[in-house]
Amino acid sequence: MATCPACGLLCDDIAVSAELQVSTKNGCAKSIAFFEQPLITTTPSLAGKPTDLKSAIKAAAGILHKSNQVLFAGLGTEVTGMRTLLGLAAKTGATLDHMHSDATIRNTLAMQNSGWQTTTLTEVKNRADVILAIGTDIATSYPRFFEKFVWNKDSLFNKPSPEVVYLGAGDNVESIYPNGKQASIIDAETADLPEIINALNALANDKKLHATNVAGVSVATLNNILEKIKGAQYAVVIWSASSLKFAHAELTVQSITRLIAKLNETSRVAGLPLTAGDGDTSVNHTSTWLSGFATRNRFSNGKPEYDNYQFSSKEQLKNCDTLLWVNTFSAYKPPQTDMPTIVIGHPNMQFDVAPDVFIPVGIPGLDHTGTMFRMDSSVVLPLKKVRHSDLPSLSEVIRQIEALLA
Amino acid sequence: MITLLKNGRIYDPANSKDGVIQDLYIRDGRIITKPASHEKITQTYDLTGKVVMAGAIDMHSHIGGGKVNIARMMLPEFQETKNYSEPEAHICTPNCSHHATPNTSDTGFRYIEMGYTAAFEPAILPINARQAHLEMADTPMIDKGGYAMLGNDDYFLRLLSSKADQKAINDYVAWTLHATQAIGIKVVNPGGISAFKFNQRRLDLDENHSYYQVSPREILKSLSTAVHQLGIAKPLHVHCNNLGAAGNFETTLNTMGASDGVPMHLTHIQFHSYGTEGDKKFSSAAAQISEALNKNKHVTADVGQILFGQTVTASGDSMMQQLNAKHANPKKSVIMDIECDAGCGVVPFKYRDQNYVNALQWAIGLEIFLSVEDPWRIFLTTDHPNGAPFTSYPHLIRLLMDKSFRNEAFAKLNLDAQAMSNLTSLDREYSLYEIAVMTRAGAAKLIGLNDRGHLGVGGAADITIYTNQPDREAMFAKPDYVFKDGELVVKDGKVIKVVWGKTHTAKPAFDIGVEQNLKEYFDKYHTIQLDNFKISNDEIAEDGRGGVIAHQSQT
Repeated sequence: MATCPACGLLCDDIAVSAELQVSTKNGCAKSIAFFEQPLITTTPSLAGKPTDLKSAIKAAAGILHKSNQVLFAGLGTEVTGMRTLLGLAAKTGATLDHMHSDATIRNTLAMQNSGWQTTTLTEVKNRADVILAIGTDIATSYPRFFEKFVWNKDSLFNKPSPEVVYLGAGDNVESIYPNGKQASIIDAETADLPEIINALNALANDKKLHATNVAGVSVATLNNILEKIKGAQYAVVIWSASSLKFAHAELTVQSITRLIAKLNETSRVAGLPLTAGDGDTSVNHTSTWLSGFATRNRFSNGKPEYDNYQFSSKEQLKNCDTLLWVNTFSAYKPPQTDMPTIVIGHPNMQFDVAPDVFIPVGIPGLDHTGTMFRMDSSVVLPLKKVRHSDLPSLSEVIRQIEALLA
Repeated sequence: MITLLKNGRIYDPANSKDGVIQDLYIRDGRIITKPASHEKITQTYDLTGKVVMAGAIDMHSHIGGGKVNIARMMLPEFQETKNYSEPEAHICTPNCSHHATPNTSDTGFRYIEMGYTAAFEPAILPINARQAHLEMADTPMIDKGGYAMLGNDDYFLRLLSSKADQKAINDYVAWTLHATQAIGIKVVNPGGISAFKFNQRRLDLDENHSYYQVSPREILKSLSTAVHQLGIAKPLHVHCNNLGAAGNFETTLNTMGASDGVPMHLTHIQFHSYGTEGDKKFSSAAAQISEALNKNKHVTADVGQILFGQTVTASGDSMMQQLNAKHANPKKSVIMDIECDAGCGVVPFKYRDQNYVNALQWAIGLEIFLSVEDPWRIFLTTDHPNGAPFTSYPHLIRLLMDKSFRNEAFAKLNLDAQAMSNLTSLDREYSLYEIAVMTRAGAAKLIGLNDRGHLGVGGAADITIYTNQPDREAMFAKPDYVFKDGELVVKDGKVIKVVWGKTHTAKPAFDIGVEQNLKEYFDKYHTIQLDNFKISNDEIAEDGRGGVIAHQSQT
């Protein structure tokens, strides 16, 4: 059975045939698209002109050798790839930023300011009898979430059929439960979530609100949410930082985590922050144990530094003189820039302007093995090789570049 | 290639050598007998006047895995390197980072610079074992290994509550050791982490888990018996119920009887030795605990000494950390329920010598060290990073070896705490031989590392050489030489060669039939495949640096 890195759930029950067809039994649209994708090219190129791997690696090393401040961005990789990237970053004094860090940082800032109380998928599967989904329908980003962890037939403690409350979850919510019951759907604009969550917090702390409704949601409805959570055996509050696209969304994440902490004084509630994928969890963990810091970090004379604002790709595209874009899981391409650009990544990547160097590499979990963190951070799974290709792995390429810089 | 270490003063308790002058010969990473006269000695180190010990072994230090990385992630402010002033400065190496959450490279480098050649991660959540091994694989210089946490996982609790026979438990425990590549089994707040998920907030030794209707005592009995019958060396590693709570010493005393005489190790016992006497209802029960340890020969313990300063507590004990979170400094904490397997709680702490409770905790740890008679049954730990970062071991060793240094430190404590401690009446000063027992021979014996922790022929040449000096802190902070598997890796307190060390494991025999039930359980209730739960030897040796050493069972 293969492990699918197409979303953060990392389902490891996917049957893929020798012809690379995903069995419909456990497949979802994302896993089918992942395992059944065609292989477009294995040929590296220099400014769009085909070349061999050795020349491409030499050219990449040449560009890095000349640069004074390089940005390693994208970082769509797993543990092994990130280990080698950190080695090269230490050598070249690079700044590191993941393509989904805008979302990740919202969670990290909240966690670094006041901490949080969270849970993991097996706990959700066996215990969660009330789920509050804030600003996300969950299924769009994690197609099998409900099938595997909410509507599961077997559970350790015979949890009652869970009640799902969606708050500002958008238009794609599954409004009917498999048992025919209607889901609780509370409409709210994403931009109104800070106000609504803060009101929930106030109510949870026994503060009296003078308003009768908050951003269009009645206080009675908010009280009803709190009652459901307090009455649950084990309530889980789920949010997706990537959907909280407004300024200082970290404060809203913090408001959610404070709410969870407050309710935990008397009943059991836990958070489950959804992540954006493309190896974000793996990259942050690996960076943290190897350098002491999660990403957005930089190596300065071999010493790691950390700055969530300055070391963002957005800021560094203004300050760096070279871009190394790494993206092995998807064909999502690098940002537009005039500076010398090296791209190491997905073989199907298409460019508007060809980068100075493009080295197609294997896709972890498809072309080669790997090691990856699941979205809940506690489970790390091996990725398998299921397709035969001649593509080198990211770490093989990075190691060869590093050797040339020695 | 033969290396000769000439004229050193040998402290090797496993071979009863207490400061004898003797030569050591090393070949192919091992200590050998004196070679024949025609064999060529390639290198000679004159160690006249130097103290020679085996490489030190930290038998309990949180060096890798989920909660350690959460601590790093939550506390980026710890990573800043400081310029140390005296008295710390003179014991520091050029790269010194004394903070509580070193990255994996710093962990390896700081350990080897102090002459430690192995460290054991005491709380590997089975479901998170792969992460722990990834981090340990990236920890250079030292050998490593870990203890897998059981006793709060639903598979075990279901077995126990359904009165499964001991053999079924034994098979599951052995299977876990194999699957997680661990060398021992640990239980944290027996039953309590699971009970917390059912909204139970405390669990005492003879209180029942509200769902499973089993008590911590039954859990301890079952797991200690399993570990004993499987014949692995490391006794069950026990983090008692009621960590940190005033009055918890009675739970600790009663826990000693829970295994019916089967060996058990009570970890960070300082955190479990609190009484309720005095105005503040918090007192030292070190005397009672030490007396019980002296009497109960089947029990070993490590201290978990606290030292003053900023640190972070990273524990599997989500139940008690949820209560401790109100004392967090800085004010933040991470509490997790994990995979119907375990939990964790990460709470930063700043221990202050003017705080009554902290000052007394400091004294309680030292009282235990000085009152437990047999150094083979008490181990030197700070429960890194929970009581203090492991880099403070040299300071702790000086506190144990130097009475006037200790009493000077005591005189600076919170006065109410001073009034509640008998520390100054304890005259004992540890000898070099006793330090070598506690940090080498005893630790190796406890874990079952037959070829480590001693300097006998056939032993691994993990060797640390110090200059004998009255300031024991300076002495133990900066060895002159450290050899790892026969290679010189540290000279004058500085790493001169990077090596990677191996992972020590125990792999007792068991009935593979247990996998049938486990597979069914995983398919029904877990969220990953059973096969992916298991960590292969190849995964650990993958990058060509690491490797697995399996230690024989004592059957």
